[in-house]
Amino acid sequence: MRGTALPQAQPAEEWGVCVSESAGRNAIDVRGVRKVFGSGDGQVTALDTVSVSIRENEFFTLLGPSGCGKTTLLRLIAGFEFPTDGQIMLHGEDIALLPPFRRPVNTVFQSYALFPHMTVAENIAFGLEMLGKSRSEIDGRTADMLKLVQMEELAKRKTSEISGGQQQRVALARALAPQPKVLLLDEPLSALDYKLRKEMQLELKQLQHETGITFIFVTHDQEEALTMSDRIAVMSTGKILQVGSPHDIYEHPAERFVAGFIGETNFLDAEVVATSAGSATVKLPSGKQIPAGLPEGFQPGSRVSLAVRPERAQIVAADADATLAGVIDNLVYLGTDTHFHLRLDGGEAFIVRQQNSSGSGINFATGDRVGVILGDDAAQILKD
Amino acid sequence: MTSAQDVAQQIERRDIRNRWLLSAPALVIIFLAAIGPLLVMVAYSFMVKGDYGDVRFGEFSLDGWFSVLFWRDIFDDTIGLADAHLSILWRSIRLSFITTALTLAFGFPTAYFIATRPPSTREVWVFLITIPFWTNLLIRTFAMQEVVRNEGILNSLMIWSGIVDQPVQIMYTDAAILFGMVYVYLPLMVLPLYASMEKLDFRLVEAGYDLYATRARVLWRIIIPLVRPGVIAGSILVFIPSLGAYVIPRVLGGGKNMMLGNLIELQFGAGRNWPLGAAMSITVMLIVMLALLVYVRNATRSGVQHG
Ligand SMILES: Nc1ncnc2c1ncn2[C@@H]1O[C@H](COP(=O)(O)OP(=O)(O)OP(=O)(O)O)[C@@H](O)[C@H]1O
Ligand SMILES: [Mg+2]
Repeated sequence: MRGTALPQAQPAEEWGVCVSESAGRNAIDVRGVRKVFGSGDGQVTALDTVSVSIRENEFFTLLGPSGCGKTTLLRLIAGFEFPTDGQIMLHGEDIALLPPFRRPVNTVFQSYALFPHMTVAENIAFGLEMLGKSRSEIDGRTADMLKLVQMEELAKRKTSEISGGQQQRVALARALAPQPKVLLLDEPLSALDYKLRKEMQLELKQLQHETGITFIFVTHDQEEALTMSDRIAVMSTGKILQVGSPHDIYEHPAERFVAGFIGETNFLDAEVVATSAGSATVKLPSGKQIPAGLPEGFQPGSRVSLAVRPERAQIVAADADATLAGVIDNLVYLGTDTHFHLRLDGGEAFIVRQQNSSGSGINFATGDRVGVILGDDAAQILKD
Repeated sequence: MTSAQDVAQQIERRDIRNRWLLSAPALVIIFLAAIGPLLVMVAYSFMVKGDYGDVRFGEFSLDGWFSVLFWRDIFDDTIGLADAHLSILWRSIRLSFITTALTLAFGFPTAYFIATRPPSTREVWVFLITIPFWTNLLIRTFAMQEVVRNEGILNSLMIWSGIVDQPVQIMYTDAAILFGMVYVYLPLMVLPLYASMEKLDFRLVEAGYDLYATRARVLWRIIIPLVRPGVIAGSILVFIPSLGAYVIPRVLGGGKNMMLGNLIELQFGAGRNWPLGAAMSITVMLIVMLALLVYVRNATRSGVQHG
């Protein structure tokens, strides 16, 4: 969907909110926001003192399991809900109490929420009309948008007469047409089939890059979050646990929940022996000492959990020098990879993922006694 | 030679026959209760009036139809326009129209309120709306007399609070009739409006706000177009009985402020002119049908097609 005319993030004066543009500022600042639904016994704390900053031109993803408060945070930013406590700033301006129609923020709804009584083109033009743009500008921009999402041929169709993927494109075009400062996307791809979803992931990412609009994207699909985002916030039960680049989140999960939610992870018990900046030496129950990544706040002597990604471990023939030792419980051949499900000597389960092209040449079978060696930065100490 | 196509056709034919059988009782009732009497009315309207009411069977006459609009002087046979009939017709249309507009104005927010309650409490509100139906219309209308008459509740309150020092004459005016009709027909507007608002996807309302539409514009551009079927149904349900209202203008409007219902009743009662009454009834029906046709045409042209 590469059109010639792409909407650019536009100067702030066009909007009612007076903001000054300066490079590197945050598009959105969420400060100590709490959101409580209901009262008395039925009270639900959907967001529990959430603070997060989203930079300009960033593809920012909110990732978390169902019910963790992703939609709630998005709705607070859009203005459909108002925070119980805290501030929401757009370019440094508190917008927490502005109604949605005064916020230069648009939403792509999970259900798309296209107006059924309007055509595709009318849907896309709606926001521009409400902003009081001139007819020629509305028509021009609508045509650009139709081109951008490759829907020119279907412009006159009713929205009930187009496919799910096409509806998704219209929803996107409708939200982009008024050139918002921030675009909110609530699981916009979840209704699409796998192939279309992959396609749209790439298109969305490219669109974000070209328009320079800040995207806040909600998903509970960790793979989607890793492939698309500049930064990810991992949420659980109304809290943001960790914010970081996909690499950070994957390689250096700070908490057990994050490590477990994103990708497969092995957990090991250990004791901190010595610490230095950013890393530590830990002792495993077997007595072996290994290096491990260290978040702040751990002293030598503290008992900790380690996270080890299955692909960071390597399986070797049983050997006294190996870091871990155990028996192969199960062996899953996956074409490019083989997964070894081990039972360690301490009784824990441990998974090793080995690429089949690595040509190790050793064939292991179920029931074999094997060793596991870990790379220098394979283990990460978890906060919890 | 029974191909799959034949079988399919047979099944379809049987389906159609079964559907006819199932709707037979309804069709019989519709015929006996609506079309039958209508045919009788048409026949009566073309007969000569009897001296003490009724008609003289088999004697053809256009007098009934003639008298709907015209009037013949008994002494010199000059023909004039039946002003009284026209003014009553005009008053009826005007009052019905205002009633429809007012019930829409009051009913819309009410229906919106109910539709935006949590599902569990909606039923309670709908139930409350239907409570007036439990009491006979005549009794409710007389009760309304208690409200609007000179010594009634409304006037007593106004005098007591010092807004006026003389009772205001409401009883036996068009205002009293309007008051009564709006009160009685309001539920007929609220229920269909609520039925279509309940189906309204409120995420579309949010999408409207998100796209910079103010509350008023969301109402005009999104909510009203989407609940149009309810507006149409409610307006029809209120306009038709308003036009034929009988009890309310009789009790609250007195003898002077007649509406079509009272005029027609007069022909069958004291007027002893059944052909004229029949012709008038059919005229009213034709007016209603015409109005409906125009209204529904206009209202659905730009509206949603519900399939
Ligand atoms: N209007 C509401 N009234 C009461 N509780 C609510 C309301 N909206 C959300 N909640 C509650 O707040 C919590 C967070 O909901 P939210 O919709 O933000 O979750 P989510 O992360 O978007 O989940 P999902 O991935 O399933 O969409 C849930 O426990 C939910 O039940
Ligand atoms: Mg959600």
